[in-house]
Amino acid sequence: MTSRPWLLSGPALTLFGVLLLVPLAMTFVLSFNSFDFYEGIIPTASFANYAEVLGDGYFWEIFGRTFAIAAATTAICALIGVPQALILYRLSPAWRSLVVLIVIGPLLISVVVRTLGWAILLGNRGVINTALMDWGLIERPFRMMYTSGGIVLALVHVFVPFMVLAVWAALQRKDPATEAAAESLGASSFTIFRRIVLPQAMPGILSGSLIVFSMAASAFATPAILGGRRVKVVATTVYDEFLNTLNWPLGAAIAMLLLISVMAVMLAWNRLVERRFGEGLQ
Amino acid sequence: MAFLTLDGLTKRYGEVTAVDSLSCSVEKGEFVSLLGPSGCGKTTTLQMIAGFEQPSAGHIRLGGRDLAAIPARERGLGIVFQSYALFLHMTVRENVAFGLEMRKVAKKELKARVERALELVHLGALADRYPRAMSGGQRQRVALARALVIEPELLLLDEPLSNLDAKLREEMQLELRRIQREAGVTTLMVTHDQSEALAMSDRVVVMDGGQLQQVDSPFNVYETPRCSFVSTFLGKSNNFAAMLESRDATGSVLACNGVTLRGPVAHLRPGPAEIAIRPERIRLAAPGEGLLRGTVQERVFLGAQWMLAIDTPLGGFLVARPNSGAQEVEIGAEVGLDWSPADMRILPAGEAA
Ligand SMILES: Nc1ncnc2c1ncn2[C@@H]1O[C@H](COP(=O)(O)OP(=O)(O)OP(=O)(O)O)[C@@H](O)[C@H]1O
Ligand SMILES: [Mg+2]
Repeated sequence: MTSRPWLLSGPALTLFGVLLLVPLAMTFVLSFNSFDFYEGIIPTASFANYAEVLGDGYFWEIFGRTFAIAAATTAICALIGVPQALILYRLSPAWRSLVVLIVIGPLLISVVVRTLGWAILLGNRGVINTALMDWGLIERPFRMMYTSGGIVLALVHVFVPFMVLAVWAALQRKDPATEAAAESLGASSFTIFRRIVLPQAMPGILSGSLIVFSMAASAFATPAILGGRRVKVVATTVYDEFLNTLNWPLGAAIAMLLLISVMAVMLAWNRLVERRFGEGLQ
Repeated sequence: MAFLTLDGLTKRYGEVTAVDSLSCSVEKGEFVSLLGPSGCGKTTTLQMIAGFEQPSAGHIRLGGRDLAAIPARERGLGIVFQSYALFLHMTVRENVAFGLEMRKVAKKELKARVERALELVHLGALADRYPRAMSGGQRQRVALARALVIEPELLLLDEPLSNLDAKLREEMQLELRRIQREAGVTTLMVTHDQSEALAMSDRVVVMDGGQLQQVDSPFNVYETPRCSFVSTFLGKSNNFAAMLESRDATGSVLACNGVTLRGPVAHLRPGPAEIAIRPERIRLAAPGEGLLRGTVQERVFLGAQWMLAIDTPLGGFLVARPNSGAQEVEIGAEVGLDWSPADMRILPAGEAA
């Protein structure tokens, strides 16, 4: 009997192992190899790649930018997503299903397609700049393509549904009578929101932030299209190392560093949350 | 004038009339139960008093003022919700303190009052726990402390014990009554559990289909139900359609399915009526003696008593017999049924068979 759980979860574990752990382990091993322009990948075991990345201000800048973009995306997603989820929570059931569809609808369209749409809007000769110049509001195009701001804008658009759904799920778990209880105890609507509704939505905001942050930090398509070679983030740098420079070991080392740093941020965040909100939640 | 008065209170949801011109009153310090089957409008009534629902018609007066224009936030009522509605992200102490914070009570007084409320419900030791880490009975007491700490004029309880298991529920009934007496707060409790209503209340308001059926002390609603519904909803009762043939100052005569029975003094006019006899008022006699002859169909042992289903010319009777330690009559046995006319109730003709 004791072997049953293993048997039952076997297929999933195998899939998980083959598709995730094996490539990850191979990348990990690769990151310790070295690369020579003439001989290609040499199976050594050294920290040279890590030393190169960590010793180079160029890479520090890329990591810094990546995390800044991810943090900004997360913050804006929270600012937009939380009110959206609250509105969703208060809608009547009929309207709610329609609005849920509108919220998650964008997820049904490829990220690449949506990002190309943003490129059309944001370009120097894009829809926005052309319109503003036609109306005479600006003289020269306002640069939005190939900026971190443009990337954040598009990432927010991509990831906001995840925040909305996470917060909405948390709101649905709460007892609607808590608001009535607070009201009967004399709380104003603003106090009810601040002291009763928001804290109960907090687990959703926090988990939504984790999802958005990790996905934004490792996003590839959007920064690749809107940032190009000029505004590099870690994911696009790894791509360049693999496919242009062909320095796979260095690319692998950068990828591992991204993984480690994202995990470190997530763990620290979790710790902070647990200490701050403790056993009251979950 | 009574402390809380409901006057023609009505609530309609479109076609549905959830509460239908309900009028009753509650005296200061009284514990009154609103009793009725599921969907009879108890919660709706409570919600209107609390201010979460607007009445479609009628008035609610509390301590002389009309509540219509006063929002829920300013009514200052203590409410215990069916789900308790505790603030899970706050400790027990913070939950209880919330209402006082809203009233801007000074820190020192607030601490003392929270402490006192927690002592009242015997939760002083658990003040720093979170509700999630508490049992159902403890949560229930937190909800009670939170409602009582603001020293409300009126305490509203919506099925406060329905989430508890049977044993804990009985303990909490006594506990709740003790707390209510100590706090001296006028209380209106909603319940669909008749034994709970009988055990706890000074008076019971019996509702059915949004309408008031009877308001009386627990003893009186049980002993002198005013209609068929009340007689069967509170406790068990043997009800049969009957014809009231004559009445005078000493008693009445009824015909029931061809059997002539003597009844108590009747207040109804002669004509169709209904008789009701409690199972515990029926005595078994030797076959052929007593008022009716019957055959024992079913026998259920309930610990303190036996419940017998007996087939008679009138129809099926339920008879309760205290467990005296001796062997009870067997299934299939022929028995006689007897009762004194004073134990029979004559009700207006209802829908009973
Ligand atoms: N918001 C609403 N819209 C329409 N009908 C409603 C609404 N709220 C309650 N009702 C109806 O009003 C009637 C009374 O409801 P109420 O909740 O007061 O019953 P209750 O006596 O508390 O029942 P229970 O013991 O099951 O809690 C029910 O028939 C219910 O379907
Ligand atoms: Mg109810």
